[in-house]
Amino acid sequence: MRRRSFLTIAGLGAGTALGTTACGGSSDSGGSAGGTTKVAYQQWGSGTVMKDYLGTVKTAYEKANSGKTMELVPIVASENDYYTKLQLMMRSPRTSPDVVYEDTFLINSDITAGYLQPLDSWLGQWDQWDQFQDVAKGAAKASDGKTYGVPDGTDTRALWFNKDLLSQAGLSPDWTPTSWDDILAACREIKGKLPNVTPINVYAGKAAGEAASMQGFEMLFYGTGSTLYDASEDKWNVGSPEFVDSLQFIKTIFDEKLAPDPSAALDAQISTRVGEEFLPGGTLAIDLDGSWMSSNWLDTGGAPWPEWDAVMAQAPMPTEDGSGDGEISMSGGWTWAMTKNAGNADDAWNVISTLTSFENNLRYNINSAAVAVRKDVAGDPTYTQSNPTLEFFSSLVPVTQYRPQNTDYPRVSNEIQVAMEAVVTGQASPADAARAYDEAVKGIVGEDKTATL
Amino acid sequence: MATVTRPGAPAGPGVRRRTHPVKVDIARALPLTPAIVLLLVFLAGPILWCVYAAFTNTALTGAGSGNTRFVGLDNFRAAFTSDAFANSVVLTLVFTLLSAVVGQNLLGLALALLQKRSVKVVRTLVGITVIGAWVIPEVVAGYLWYAFLAQDGTFNEFLGTFGLGQNWLYTLPIIAVSLANVWRGTAFSMLVYNAALSEIPAEIEEAAEMDGATGWRRLRWVTVPMIKRTVTTNLMLITLQTLSVFGLIYTMTKGGPGTKSQTLPLYMYEQAFSFSQIGYGTAIALVLLAVGAVFSILYMRLLRED
Repeated sequence: MRRRSFLTIAGLGAGTALGTTACGGSSDSGGSAGGTTKVAYQQWGSGTVMKDYLGTVKTAYEKANSGKTMELVPIVASENDYYTKLQLMMRSPRTSPDVVYEDTFLINSDITAGYLQPLDSWLGQWDQWDQFQDVAKGAAKASDGKTYGVPDGTDTRALWFNKDLLSQAGLSPDWTPTSWDDILAACREIKGKLPNVTPINVYAGKAAGEAASMQGFEMLFYGTGSTLYDASEDKWNVGSPEFVDSLQFIKTIFDEKLAPDPSAALDAQISTRVGEEFLPGGTLAIDLDGSWMSSNWLDTGGAPWPEWDAVMAQAPMPTEDGSGDGEISMSGGWTWAMTKNAGNADDAWNVISTLTSFENNLRYNINSAAVAVRKDVAGDPTYTQSNPTLEFFSSLVPVTQYRPQNTDYPRVSNEIQVAMEAVVTGQASPADAARAYDEAVKGIVGEDKTATL
Repeated sequence: MATVTRPGAPAGPGVRRRTHPVKVDIARALPLTPAIVLLLVFLAGPILWCVYAAFTNTALTGAGSGNTRFVGLDNFRAAFTSDAFANSVVLTLVFTLLSAVVGQNLLGLALALLQKRSVKVVRTLVGITVIGAWVIPEVVAGYLWYAFLAQDGTFNEFLGTFGLGQNWLYTLPIIAVSLANVWRGTAFSMLVYNAALSEIPAEIEEAAEMDGATGWRRLRWVTVPMIKRTVTTNLMLITLQTLSVFGLIYTMTKGGPGTKSQTLPLYMYEQAFSFSQIGYGTAIALVLLAVGAVFSILYMRLLRED
């Protein structure tokens, strides 16, 4: 039956055409050669803090090292897509950048994947390494005890709120909530008094990527006193009632319309819009977000807003019922790392050490409103006076928590986003979404590595 | 080369006799070799790699990338026990039935029938409009519909006057993307049916009319039986096209909200590229392939029954 086999092939063709999309690869110009070092970073939204900073570093580097060039490779992508594109590039020596900007939460996973190379041989001879705080040094340390990245800053997370809007709603401009219920009460107050204002933004859903997991879910979940992962036992937490509680909080703010409309909240542009549109525009009262938010509003940011400090204030995120330290924060940060396929490792190291040198790191920390990881930067008056919020966000370091430093964390984080989105859209109840998360985690790490902590 | 025989025809020698020596055939085939080699390298190669990857834990990061292992049927087992996967299969079937089998197919037939009976000006205008929707790129069509159906889109501006405005992409996402796909893909069915209807001899239609078969009855007892083979072929082609629709849904809803419009191609993309699990993603691609094959076999059965 010739026709029959032809039609079967046609039928199969539809599927294989899809399958092949997973196997394509872009062919970039070949790997770095002849003194060129390719530096890959994320470019998303209208902010150009990183781009401008790298531009000046490039000029300085090329001046100091004649014959060497630093080629900037901006990867225009939202959070999850950036990691994917970077990983696809690093897979082949032909397309791999030499120096990459890696989020600390992903670096362990990428080390396991064999994309990066350890920096110990250079760090041992680098007189600047002692200037980095110990916690930061550990951020890019893998389970093999080697260090794979040089951090350029860290961050903490807390509540940003608009003093004017809270005053109009009859709340104190020095608002300091002491529990989740406090936050909900304030939001309901704002909703009642100011119908055109969104009371609170908590990132939730796949489009926001890691921002939803960390700024959103983990700021709640770690405030219950629970944890996602116990490193000493090597066990992931499943069947946790606190997990359901945290999802319930998300459900409450979306069900009661205290949060942005889900169609906006689940859009990939949400983090850009919060920083450049909702907060400066006075349409959002409270935002659970990172210490870097003000970098949007500096002259170097994407949406300059000279009055920001007069309007916006900060409060620590309270724990669920005020127990424990009473407040909670999460910390992460980014590192400069060297790829396995770096054309010239010494040049790549040279670029990394230039990027994280005192002057450059100082300028970047100021422009990105980051919490400094270099002791000399943290103590520098130009830095301490550069941003009125630095003191507040640095004060959260004693109560801050870190994400699981485990290669499986990125996949678990995806499942957290899936659970959040299911709750936001009403597809699943918090209990059902938590159950689905438990099943997914067991599938990822193996049932023997899970327990109810 | 298989020999062509009609079903039921006595197969035997002398169906097709070679008139040239074999040598000439080889000489004729020679110019084809570069094309065949290219196809093998750039099409069959990746396909085979995908089949292989579906049975491994290949990933873009983590252990699956640094230490790729053969995991047998684990990916398929994970898929068949996953709620998200089941949800995607159901949505894929809904999307295919709604937008291809019902929407594009019936609307295409209706348009072709209308065109047959109308004056030339109307025929041309309808043709241009419908084919215009088909010609524009998938992503552009997706954005057009996104703009049309969004919360502050044209459709809601219009409905808002009756107080019916809502974000269709949020409340009924799978219906919204199905509608968009009908709008975009109907032209193909219309053209196929135009061709088929023009083949029906006028005297048969006249005879039917003389016997008093009008309207629906003529369509049911005369026209449709005459174009039955075309219907089946068309159904097969649009089903396979629709199963693999990605760009339209991705630009309109990204498979969301939640997973309410996450058909298999979108689920595959998310697992492979957002969540880095290439092995699992390619396993889903193979399942999608199997779904397509099942549909093809069904339609072929229908064709054979003629």
